[in-house]
Amino acid sequence: MSKLDSKIPEGPLEQKWTKYRSTVPLVNPANKRNLEIIVVGSGLAGSSAAATLAEMGYKVKVFCFQDSPRRAHSIAAQGGINAAKNYQNDGDSVYRLFYDTIKGGDYRSREANVYRLAEVSGNIIDQCVAQGVPLAREYGGLLSNRSFGGTQVQRTFYAAGQTGQQLLLGAYSALQRQVGLGNVQMFARHEMLELVTIDGKARGIIARNLVTGELERHFGHAVLLCSGGYGNVFFLSTNAMGSNVTAAWKAHKKGAFFGNPCFTQIHPTCIPVSGEHQSKLTLMSESLRNDGRIWVPKKKEDAEAIRAGKKKASDIPEEDRDYYLERRYPAFGNLVPRDVASRAAKERCDAGYGVNATGQAVFLDFMYNMKEKYGRAEATKRGISNPTDAQLKELGKEVIKEKYGNLFDMYKQITGVDPYEEPMQIYPAVHYTMGGLWVDYNLMTTIPGLYALGEANFSDHGANRLGASALMQGLADGYFVIPYTIGAYLSTEVSRMSAEKEKPDAIDKIKTKHPAFDEAEKAVKDRIEKLLSINGTKPVDYFHKRLGKVMWDKCGMARNAEGLKWAIEEIRKIREEFWKDVRVPGTNEEFNPELEKAGRVADFLELGELMCIDALHRNESCGGHFREEYQTEDGEALRDDENYAYVAAWEYKGDGQYELHKEELKFEAIKIAQRSYK
Amino acid sequence: MKTSLSRKYWMAVSGLFLIIFLTQHFTINFLSVISEESFNSVSHFMGTNPIVQFLLQPVLLIGVVFHFIAGFMLEIKNRQSRPVKYAAYSPAANSTWMSRNMIVTGIMILLFLGLHFYDFWIPEMNVKYIQADMSGLNENGEFRYYDELVHKFTDPIRVIIYCLSFVFLSLHLMHGFQSAFQSLGARHPKYTPGIKKLGAAFAVLIPLGFIVIALFHYLSSH
Amino acid sequence: MNLTLKVWRQKNAKSEGKLVTYQVSDISPDMSFLEMFDVLNEQLISKGEDPIAFDHDCREGICGMCSMFINGRAHGPLTGVTTCQLHMRSFKDGDTIVVEPWRAKAFPVIKDLVVDRSAFDRIIAKGGFISVNTGSARDANNIPIPKQNADEAFEAAACIGCGACVATCKNSSAMLFVSAKISQLALLPQGQPERYQRVLNMVEQMDKEGFGNCSNTGACEVECPKGISLENIARMNRDFLKASLIQKPKKETGGGAM
Repeated sequence: MSKLDSKIPEGPLEQKWTKYRSTVPLVNPANKRNLEIIVVGSGLAGSSAAATLAEMGYKVKVFCFQDSPRRAHSIAAQGGINAAKNYQNDGDSVYRLFYDTIKGGDYRSREANVYRLAEVSGNIIDQCVAQGVPLAREYGGLLSNRSFGGTQVQRTFYAAGQTGQQLLLGAYSALQRQVGLGNVQMFARHEMLELVTIDGKARGIIARNLVTGELERHFGHAVLLCSGGYGNVFFLSTNAMGSNVTAAWKAHKKGAFFGNPCFTQIHPTCIPVSGEHQSKLTLMSESLRNDGRIWVPKKKEDAEAIRAGKKKASDIPEEDRDYYLERRYPAFGNLVPRDVASRAAKERCDAGYGVNATGQAVFLDFMYNMKEKYGRAEATKRGISNPTDAQLKELGKEVIKEKYGNLFDMYKQITGVDPYEEPMQIYPAVHYTMGGLWVDYNLMTTIPGLYALGEANFSDHGANRLGASALMQGLADGYFVIPYTIGAYLSTEVSRMSAEKEKPDAIDKIKTKHPAFDEAEKAVKDRIEKLLSINGTKPVDYFHKRLGKVMWDKCGMARNAEGLKWAIEEIRKIREEFWKDVRVPGTNEEFNPELEKAGRVADFLELGELMCIDALHRNESCGGHFREEYQTEDGEALRDDENYAYVAAWEYKGDGQYELHKEELKFEAIKIAQRSYK
Repeated sequence: MKTSLSRKYWMAVSGLFLIIFLTQHFTINFLSVISEESFNSVSHFMGTNPIVQFLLQPVLLIGVVFHFIAGFMLEIKNRQSRPVKYAAYSPAANSTWMSRNMIVTGIMILLFLGLHFYDFWIPEMNVKYIQADMSGLNENGEFRYYDELVHKFTDPIRVIIYCLSFVFLSLHLMHGFQSAFQSLGARHPKYTPGIKKLGAAFAVLIPLGFIVIALFHYLSSH
Repeated sequence: MNLTLKVWRQKNAKSEGKLVTYQVSDISPDMSFLEMFDVLNEQLISKGEDPIAFDHDCREGICGMCSMFINGRAHGPLTGVTTCQLHMRSFKDGDTIVVEPWRAKAFPVIKDLVVDRSAFDRIIAKGGFISVNTGSARDANNIPIPKQNADEAFEAAACIGCGACVATCKNSSAMLFVSAKISQLALLPQGQPERYQRVLNMVEQMDKEGFGNCSNTGACEVECPKGISLENIARMNRDFLKASLIQKPKKETGGGAM
């Protein structure tokens, strides 16, 4: 019998959340003031949850490792945020957003959660606009929308190429307002290094003050992990340098199950790797696929000539170009979902048609739309009857500049190539992790009192996330879900407190003297001491890079049983070597970024193994998880709904030991079908 | 004067006031180049009219004192805002020399003001209010103003000092004029380019005019 | 490329710092400036020396964490980019590069090139928001906003809070940062109810933090990686002037919006 209870409310799909909201137990205002909530992470999920819970009257403590909550990596999201507003009158609805998301996730997400997400999506836009988030507008003063991959309606709200930044700053300002009012205590430059559980419930955390190295004990009646995804396990990813799995991993080792760890999203349009020195990859927004056409040469000799630097993209005549997405997926063309686009790029490059020096890149070409779509429209607008090619290009360039100027500049800055003249070169890169801590409908993990929100949980995106859905999920969880669902647990805490006559005002000092805190703090201290005492020969990055390469090669865009088995062995070896030979300079009692990094990489070295174990056990291809053994004749993912329509939730059972628990996915509102974008 | 912004306003308002004064001062002085007679009569009016003397003059003095005291206060506060200096600092890459050195040009103007007061204002005060001679006449029974003016500009060193001071005044105005508008929030894409041009023209023409006056009298007396 | 680096080293907030010279070799022009520091740090670690601490996170020019003062300029010789987006092709083989932390009284050094910018957070906490609780918003399209205002508000909101304006200003003034937030909210209808109290509160906090005054040199605008305009400072000046003249004294108690 499964230990997993997803706690999905009874009733028809459309009424589950409404009914839940009106029946969930409430906590009265006087009691809220005595309840403390710890929030780890200050991105969209963390900031919005912390601000909202503080507004409701709870006492909140927020932790982030950056120097300010405003720097969380949600800030880097470029393209947009989906919402079923149907402002464009193109037939959008809550159901359609729900359907697109389930289908986009390749039928590996939980219906009830996704429906709730689609339901609250509109409220998010309302809330953000009320906060002063400057979303793009039309001349009439109303909100503007754009298209994104995997959908056929325009439901993506945006703020130029900086949507994540604007939404995060909105949530950050709401958070700072509560800081100013004294309802939130902010702990920047702090990192959670252990979860404290008492009687099986989450009761607090041990955090390291990154400036002084001091270990601090913090008590909470509930702990919310909003610590983001773990894409950095691949070393090279579009994640921020500091993004890590540590908080979630510590919770996992204390009993929180880890859901679908192998589901990672590889984003198709990133700037290709240019050399050994590279520390991170930069995304080029998916919105570019609205106007950019993706191609490689039809002839291998052309590809080889380009790789050798003998030919340029512009030397290849139109008839010798293979617009492979348009060829393979005529209905969605260049706007197929991310997993499909990424895999198609890899397929062409593996077949020998890749275009940069490493052969690991394809072209994203704006020239056609620049001239024919925008140039011609501008020429008509300006009454130029027979525009020359150069005129068309010049006119179209202005439009492209207005739409994507900042992205084009960024591309030129990084590569030194002008994308207005030569097509961009792009290649897929790790971008997002759909997997994460397993949570129930309340967003609670398998540890009572411990919640996971945003990218840190596994819940809404199944095996593949659609563009512009991550921002939606982070804010939905923080603004609109957790404020209700946390009441279900905290109301029982209130009864417990009164039964145990726990003094509400006796905070921190007494509560954090519990032996569980002693134990947790000692574990953290021992581990830090161990890291500092190895004094080996190799820096942390050496191990991180090695791990990343194994993960990318064997557990990246395509996986197979043999490779995964090898990877598991290899990661164990790297981990062993790490604990014998890593060199962490300095001491604990100072600002020591290398020590921080060492702790994070140590956790990645464990997580990487679990990802491979998960990928190995899932004998099917779905979404971002592509097992080479399971594909159709024309190379599409072959799902196995009979045997694998479940969430794999892994329980930690000691070093390298994990037990699988399955949460069966039931599709009641949607007929499960072959996912096709042709 | 409590907040950083109110200090800026005072700086701007007193600066603009001094700009108006400068225009007036220049106009009267320039008369000396055109017509000795009208220069004398206007000077006499300004020197003896009670409104000018007892209302406008104190206001002007307060304006001057205010402007430089506020300037010094700002400078001190600004210096305190960066206790450790940069080893390498290249401000020329992003701002003009004038905008960064208002305190330098300001101090030069203040020093000049000292000389100017010594040359004209203190003797005037002495004649008018200590010796109580409000006639404005010299021993020959003619207006003394023009002759006193011309007399001061016979000394080549003084003329050089004056001309140099006007260069500093020009540099000070070059930034100060448009900066005052910015400080008061008067900025608009329609008008600001005009204000900037006007400021630059003012910063060149007025000090240049003063230099012309000084040189004119120096050359015509030799 | 081979380069000579002179980098500010300072153990912690209390100790004295100094410039230390390092040599780096075989630097690829495609490397970012921070990747060059990664290389240097790896060298230092393998030699058993203390690596150089510097702030960085997203490395794509948006989080605002990186903050190096390079050869006398905030974020280095280019305009419109952060340190992480500066690439070594902007330098020549054999160059000597001086790297220092942001310098301002309000930004004390934590270690080496890392400074404490929490003053910015405290300023935002005093009014850089619209007081609207979750759940009380009306439909987003019920508040039409002229495109021009929305665009201008967006341009002001593009600030990443990196502090380059403070670092480059000869007076360490934070007015570009503060005015960008004030402007963003002043340009939007949602920001009107708190508009004048906001500017008073935020400026008060800014002064408390020990930032300098603005001399309108315009250096901040040039060095700002996001091109925030001086127009915002003018708008703040205007609003503050008006607020000082019209705003009634704050009541110490009572359920005000703040």
